[in-house]
Amino acid sequence: MSEPILELRDIKAGYGSIKALKGINIKVYEGEIVSIIGANGAGKSTTLMTICNIVQATSGDIFYKGERINNIVSDKLPKMGLCQVPEGRRIFPRLTIEENLDMGAFFRNDKEIEDDKERVFGMFPILRERCKQAGGTLSGGEQQMLAIGRALMSRPKVLLLDEPSLGLAPLIVKQIFSIIKEINSLGTTIILVEQNAKVALSMANRGYVLETGNVVMEDEAKALLNNPDIQKAYLGE
Amino acid sequence: MEYFLQQLINGITLGSVYALIALGYTMVYGIIQLINFAHGEFFAAGGYVGVIFMSYLLSQGAPAWVCLSGSLILAMAYCAMLAVAVEKVAYKPLRNSSRLSVLLSALGMSIFLQNGLMLTQGVYDKAYPTELTQGGFEMGNVMLSYMQLFIVSLTAFLLVALNVLVFKTRIGKAMRSTAQDKVMSALVGINANRTISITFAIGAALAAAAGIMVGLYYGSVRYDMGFVPGIKAFAAAVLGGIGNITGAMIGGFIIGMVEIFAAGYISGEYKDVFAFVILIAVLYFRPSGIMGENVDDTRV
Ligand SMILES: Nc1ncnc2c1ncn2[C@@H]1O[C@H](COP(=O)(O)OP(=O)(O)OP(=O)(O)O)[C@@H](O)[C@H]1O
Ligand SMILES: [Mg+2]
Repeated sequence: MSEPILELRDIKAGYGSIKALKGINIKVYEGEIVSIIGANGAGKSTTLMTICNIVQATSGDIFYKGERINNIVSDKLPKMGLCQVPEGRRIFPRLTIEENLDMGAFFRNDKEIEDDKERVFGMFPILRERCKQAGGTLSGGEQQMLAIGRALMSRPKVLLLDEPSLGLAPLIVKQIFSIIKEINSLGTTIILVEQNAKVALSMANRGYVLETGNVVMEDEAKALLNNPDIQKAYLGE
Repeated sequence: MEYFLQQLINGITLGSVYALIALGYTMVYGIIQLINFAHGEFFAAGGYVGVIFMSYLLSQGAPAWVCLSGSLILAMAYCAMLAVAVEKVAYKPLRNSSRLSVLLSALGMSIFLQNGLMLTQGVYDKAYPTELTQGGFEMGNVMLSYMQLFIVSLTAFLLVALNVLVFKTRIGKAMRSTAQDKVMSALVGINANRTISITFAIGAALAAAAGIMVGLYYGSVRYDMGFVPGIKAFAAAVLGGIGNITGAMIGGFIIGMVEIFAAGYISGEYKDVFAFVILIAVLYFRPSGIMGENVDDTRV
């Protein structure tokens, strides 16, 4: 394989005295869906926040497209194509749906923003119907759609998704995951953090298993799905 | 009836001033949850830059509109820069500290700025060239002075401009999203520090305009003039629902009206008390202010 588009080398990070990541290595290649699974508090969200430099890595290197990005401030990353849909969706509650989408394209000033908005509305028709409504008034599933839509407005090369299925009804989960697949097939590399390990691994190319700040296993997603240890610990079998 | 109309005009005039100052409190609170105790000093500084430059222009024989608009623009720009500097020096380093530390830093900044003004400008009143806005319209016994007209129309213009800025422009969107979620704003590419600076600058520029208005209205400025109007404008911001832009405007006009009507109909000596009586009464029934959490779409 060629060079990874995103690579974490021996990343340590935490919150004050709490060590949330204890030296993790992750490689993501262009076009892949890579899933990160693990129990509550394993460090999955911290991993994504460290990639985006919201949480600073205390040691190790993060490379994106061959460039070390540890010291690039968070707000410069979307323009470079690195974009996150964080845990809990974090819709701007007092901006309208449309304004929320506009925020995704905040750094852009090209002519195609409106086209992209149409594309998002095509994917999630409910957002068009509600476009003048405040973001905070949407249901959980609708907020997740908006959060993904907002991320797409930045035309990400690599999209980090943190538990997009959290708290959603099975039908909505299915819909969201098929959209994620579609986004990937259109050329966006995806890191998918999930507790819903079964669904995540069945759509991913490769997977990493996090346990208390360490990567304890990495493999092809299929192999992880068939691994008895994983089945016992994460797939409820 | 004439008396009532006259008081109404006066109330709107004073309310304009409070509304402009209150906006700075509310916008800064909205974005970093800080009660900027130094905000009244921007108002005072604006009054001083205004009088110094206005007198200078007048002595050079400039026409009235040049004196007024020139000093206004300069005072607003000066206070905007001052506020950006204050934020960088006194608040930004404490961004991750407890709210109490920042509050104390704000109090310290207030004392520092007020003393700075006293040392450089002296302790005595400095007279405003009121001849610029002398005269007015008289309808019976009701008088609408040119100065009041200037204050009210300038305020109306600034309020409309602010609303357009906050609710229609890119920078306004950045301000509102930063107020709502700083992490998420960074994740969509918004520079929070820059946005916070701009918010301080806008608030201080509005306070500077109010400083000039008060200078013209009362005929003079003084180094400690920021304190009382600052407190009242803060009350106005709380009354309107702190963080809410429309609320601050409404709160400002209410406090101005109450003060004037209380002075006119009840007692001049206790006029300052009534603003706070109203504040307490409203907060008793609506703890989050008039435009608080229920009517929330104009929070920054
Ligand atoms: N803001 C914070 N301050 C202090 N500690 C934190 C903070 N955020 C996370 N932690 C701690 O860091 C560790 C990793 O948390 P993280 O949120 O990355 O886990 P996670 O794998 O995303 O869990 P979940 O599945 O529950 O979302 C946990 O022990 C957590 O308590
Ligand atoms: Mg998490």
